[in-house]
Amino acid sequence: MIDIKKTFSIKGMHCASCVLVIEKSLRGVEGVSGANVNLVTEKATVTYDPDKATDEKLISAVANAGYRAFVEEEVQSEDKERVEKQKELKGLRIRVVVSLGLGLLVLWGGFPALMDTAPAILKNFWFQLILATPVQFWAGWVFYRAAIPALKHRTANMDTLVVIGTSVAYGYSAFVTAFPQIVQRIGIEPMPYFDVATIIIALILLGRYFEAKAKAGTSEAIKKLIGLQAKTARVVRENKEIDIPIIEVVIGDFVRVRPGEKIPVDGIITEGDSSIDESMVTGESMPVDKKSGDTVVGATINKSGSFIFKATKVGQETMLAQIIRLVQEAQGSKAPIQRLADLVSSYFVPVVIMLAITTFVAWYDFGPEPTLLYAILNTVAVLIIACPCAMGLATPTAIMVGTGKGAEHGILIKDAESLEIAHKVGTIIFDKTGTLTKGEPSVTDIVAFNNEKEDNILRYTASLEKFSEHPVAKAIVTFAASLGKTSSHPLDRAIRERAETEKAELFTVNKFKANSGKGLEGEIIINGNSRKFYFGNRALMKDVPVNIGANEVEIQKLEGEGKTVMILASDFELLGIIAVADTVKENARQGVEELKKIGIESVMITGDNLKTAMAIANKVGITRVLAEVLPDEKEAEVKKIQAEGKIVAMVGDGINDAPALVQADVGIAMGTGTDVAIEAADITLINKDLRSVAATIRLSKKTMKTIKLNLFWAFGYNIVLIPVAMGVLYPSFGLLLNPIFASVAMALSSISVVSNSLLLKRYKW
Amino acid sequence: MLDKCGMNEIIVTILGVLGIIFVYWFFLLKKEVKIEASDSIDITVNGGYIPDVISVSKDKTIKLNFIRKDSSSCLEEVVLSDFKIRKYLPLNEKVVVEITPKQTGEFNFTCGMNMFHGKIVVTP
Repeated sequence: MIDIKKTFSIKGMHCASCVLVIEKSLRGVEGVSGANVNLVTEKATVTYDPDKATDEKLISAVANAGYRAFVEEEVQSEDKERVEKQKELKGLRIRVVVSLGLGLLVLWGGFPALMDTAPAILKNFWFQLILATPVQFWAGWVFYRAAIPALKHRTANMDTLVVIGTSVAYGYSAFVTAFPQIVQRIGIEPMPYFDVATIIIALILLGRYFEAKAKAGTSEAIKKLIGLQAKTARVVRENKEIDIPIIEVVIGDFVRVRPGEKIPVDGIITEGDSSIDESMVTGESMPVDKKSGDTVVGATINKSGSFIFKATKVGQETMLAQIIRLVQEAQGSKAPIQRLADLVSSYFVPVVIMLAITTFVAWYDFGPEPTLLYAILNTVAVLIIACPCAMGLATPTAIMVGTGKGAEHGILIKDAESLEIAHKVGTIIFDKTGTLTKGEPSVTDIVAFNNEKEDNILRYTASLEKFSEHPVAKAIVTFAASLGKTSSHPLDRAIRERAETEKAELFTVNKFKANSGKGLEGEIIINGNSRKFYFGNRALMKDVPVNIGANEVEIQKLEGEGKTVMILASDFELLGIIAVADTVKENARQGVEELKKIGIESVMITGDNLKTAMAIANKVGITRVLAEVLPDEKEAEVKKIQAEGKIVAMVGDGINDAPALVQADVGIAMGTGTDVAIEAADITLINKDLRSVAATIRLSKKTMKTIKLNLFWAFGYNIVLIPVAMGVLYPSFGLLLNPIFASVAMALSSISVVSNSLLLKRYKW
Repeated sequence: MLDKCGMNEIIVTILGVLGIIFVYWFFLLKKEVKIEASDSIDITVNGGYIPDVISVSKDKTIKLNFIRKDSSSCLEEVVLSDFKIRKYLPLNEKVVVEITPKQTGEFNFTCGMNMFHGKIVVTP
């Protein structure tokens, strides 16, 4: 029998003895093999046989002990956020409706241009007070509730400004209503301004409502990713297929996936084949055919066949979980451009309060009659117009939408800083093998010289290569570093494969040695005689030395075709050559062209000689080539280009060229397999599409443009409108800002910034 | 217009200046109260972060337990940008943020709109 494990919430516990009571009660249920209750998390984890114990039985066991169990699926934190948001929006909506309704009535009865048409009761100050009070202290309570605890901790935010502004307007109006004769005595017409207080509250609440709605849209991408996760998996245990929650799938489980189903976790197909749609995770648009031995990614959709795969990564290790984590991290990081906004916003509210006091004093001392009234209204306008929120929202909202948009298309950006730097990139260096080319070279030509047979050339070279794959213990110890690099080289693999298909009989090799970046050497035993062979590039031949002489023409001809030519020599004599060619990726040329269109220079870096490199470069449309660069020299080449004053991005596989990726201002790795978080890279292209390099730069440019526009609005708005609210235009133009219009402008400023960020979503690739 | 400068104006001006000084002192000259934390610390989110300056040791993992008691949407998210963390804080619920500072120095944490600030001081 197969037991399953379930975790659920328990309410009503308050001491350690509750834990014991509940555990005892749960263990008493038939089919329960284990129960563990945690007082701190208020959760119980029960292991049970689902055929015997049911949810109802578990709930009633907990109820019998005197507590309540919530056995339904645990609500994810994202859902919790959504539920809370919905509640908040609903509450806001009611407050907006009530405050707008009451506010408009007050406005009708109190606003000079409208009051003539209003019924007499609306013009009654006491009636206005009755209408305005719930708006001020019930609808507006959200502002007080935020401002009061903040004041207790000597901090201030936007709510503080709204509270001070509306309280001043409301307090003055209430005073006028209660003591009109006192106001009259100091020469002011006893006129309340309840309309100002109520309408400001209504409009700011309305603005907040729209802002909250819009803000929810900025984190949509991450919610979508989380939503991709499968809920259950059909695993094969003890020859039976059972559906279990995804959380219970363990590494090594065999999972059955039927047509149209979602693949629950990452793994390797062991039986069957199918076509799989991976677009939701990798952004790759075409379905991929997979067969036994191929890897599958969790959350992708099985299109046609039914298959079984072995789970290799579960929980937080799956590709989807890694992607989610990476995007979450990027959204939590800060773009350098935000620094100024951070600095300003930390002083903003206190400075605005000081400016408001200055406004009051200036209008009271120097303003026209009635000075007190002008002083109050302009002070309220200053407090209300100031909007620190727009500055705080300008950068993060754009970063959230930008990184989310990238993730949707298989572009994973590590942090906001990388996204910011990417828009300044002037030069992009592409690694050749595995980046511009498929990294799957095959042998194209075997040429024998000096009466040597072609077959033998293949046998000798393959013997050396074969040896590099199965090195004896001593060789591993001695040459581990260089050996590893050589034997894993795609060129070596190509030769081995060719030898295997031709079924070439191989020789024994002694004294094998791999020279990093040059080639191999070793003694081959032929008919009992030992003969030393060298196999590699020109640099190795020069070391031996071997004179290439007249055969140079043949070598150059093959190199001119973009093939990598390796030379076999023995006893200082040239025996032959083997040419290997790699295929250029389908979209490599298009990728380079797209970069050219946005004014970015592409450079190719490779260990190949210049001639071979140039031939490949021509195929993809690159004119600047850095050839014959040894693996450990790539980093220095990046530095050289940076020294030219350019911002450099490096595109590689993230494994062999990690130091170069780190050295570059932006390291871009082409994702491989199911590992997405390539440590050395700032940006990982899990869609493996070279056109995404240009798309990344365009996304960065677009995001930065949005951020700059947001900051321009947020700063410009405050810089221009605060002085206007203070009354700087009054002496010359007689212009003053009505506090009601100030609240409209304030509400619009935050909404405009968030909406502008959301426009990034519409950006077409 | 200084000719009309009467007693009221002088009083309002003096009160204004005092008000500005008070605001400056109240908000900007706030004394920091540093709390040392070893393994874990509860941070109440209510009109700011209490405590708001937390001293921790380098290379040591610490759990910051945020508990939001303030229903204002301003404080619904906490951002520790140096640690690449942005977390939603459900009301009245403990949200554990685990960090292992690798560098000494001061690292700010803020609300989602960057209006409320706290600081993590990492000492050697």
